[in-house]
Amino acid sequence: MSSQATVLFDAPGPKARRRNLIVGVVGVGLLIGALAWILYRFDQTGQFSRRKWEVFEYTRVQNMIVDGLWATLKAFALAVVGSLILGALLAAGRLSEHRAVRWASTAFVTFFRAMPLLILIFFLYLAPANLDHWPGFLEFINDDPLWPLVIGLTIYNGTVQAETMRAGILALPKGQSEAAYAIGMRKTQVMASILVPQGIRAMLPSIISQMVVTLKDTSLGFMITYPELLYVAKLLGSNQDFEFPFIPVAIVIGSVYIVICMLLSFLAVWVERKLSRGRKGRPPQIDAPVGGTITPKPDAHLEVSV
Amino acid sequence: MNVLTDNWDLISDGFVTTLKLTVYCGLVAIVLGTALAACRVSPVPPLRWFATAYVNIIRNTPLTLLMFVVALGFPKLNINLDFITFAVIAVGGYTAAFICEAVRSGVNTVPLGQAEAARSLGMSFNQTLTLVVLPQALRAVVPPIGSLLIAMVRNSAIASAFNVADLFGTYNQMLENGDNVILIFFWIAVGYLIITLSMSAAFAALEKKLAVAR
Repeated sequence: MSSQATVLFDAPGPKARRRNLIVGVVGVGLLIGALAWILYRFDQTGQFSRRKWEVFEYTRVQNMIVDGLWATLKAFALAVVGSLILGALLAAGRLSEHRAVRWASTAFVTFFRAMPLLILIFFLYLAPANLDHWPGFLEFINDDPLWPLVIGLTIYNGTVQAETMRAGILALPKGQSEAAYAIGMRKTQVMASILVPQGIRAMLPSIISQMVVTLKDTSLGFMITYPELLYVAKLLGSNQDFEFPFIPVAIVIGSVYIVICMLLSFLAVWVERKLSRGRKGRPPQIDAPVGGTITPKPDAHLEVSV
Repeated sequence: MNVLTDNWDLISDGFVTTLKLTVYCGLVAIVLGTALAACRVSPVPPLRWFATAYVNIIRNTPLTLLMFVVALGFPKLNINLDFITFAVIAVGGYTAAFICEAVRSGVNTVPLGQAEAARSLGMSFNQTLTLVVLPQALRAVVPPIGSLLIAMVRNSAIASAFNVADLFGTYNQMLENGDNVILIFFWIAVGYLIITLSMSAAFAALEKKLAVAR
């Protein structure tokens, strides 16, 4: 990449190549220095002591970590299913022809997108015990911290997914729905057999990216004592018998989180590549010759997901 | 209304702390994010590798985990700072990875021909950057940075779980006072909405100001 021109740089000549080499060497030196400093700190504070790492040799500890991972994935799976269903409903509501439905969905989406997710989760966690009139059929929320976490994640991510889905549908050329209406399809048919199948292509990468956010946010569960990975990390890290192996535990559990999130992120990139290649290379089999190609605006799914 | 007036000192202190967090984290995120973006588009491979690794790792790390490692792990390494600084390091460093990507894709929206034209006119690197590339990139960068910073304000609520007495952290004291839980969370939500909505209004105005008919 360094030998060709980019927006910022021309192809480097001999002088620039020498300068780049110097900057590169200095940069690598600084990075190695920083790494050495961290390792020195680790060594100084005894992070490499055998006792601190022995904690992972016990089957009970290994089982705890696996249980934590399982709890994380369970909350993730429930929240993803819930948020996709809620997202589809809200997106349909926002695209509805009935003004009341449209306004209600818009208000719901706007409010819950602007709210910190943590507030929602803590409210659901604290409200049942602190309110006199908590409805009986919602009593189950109080039984297991899984439910405040899953419901909070579902509501927040559902609103974000709804916006992605809406953008995906709106990015389709208007002629698609007009043509469908012209051949006598009903509203539901237009949506289900014309708009959604095409919109999915534009939405899917963003939907998967938002799933990464959902996965990351399951870690909020540790604040409401839901026994997921980070909660296990806190528990293990404060174990006196192993000289408080906080750093080793953080390294191990952190790697688990990063690996599962990265796998999901790679999936999003892979799907995006596959879909865009399909669009450019082999056009889908279409019986009748068509004029316009189906290319959603490139910025249609540029939703920021944090 | 009583919940608000009775706890005015508590809530306003928390509000100011959250505002402070917003400003500090925002500054850290923008400065560090821009520096990382500069590394990512630089012609020096090691800098590019470093920035790419940073962005890919941090973007796939839960902020809670990052906050956990910084606030509880640093003291274990004898790095003792106050909890607000820890929160600024974690939230700012996290948001920086996202800002980096926004800035980078903003720079990439500028067509190559623009810079080539500038260079063929004999403009220097600095002139090309400040007169041609950046003014055009800025327009593409402002909207995503706006939503990133608003998301950052919402994320900063996590700091309250790590001994920072921010707006969200006030709930505990109020709950102990026996206030109504719905009203407590209502006023906290209002506080966050004030910050986020005024930020989105400010960014919308900025976007409008930068918009150029093309």
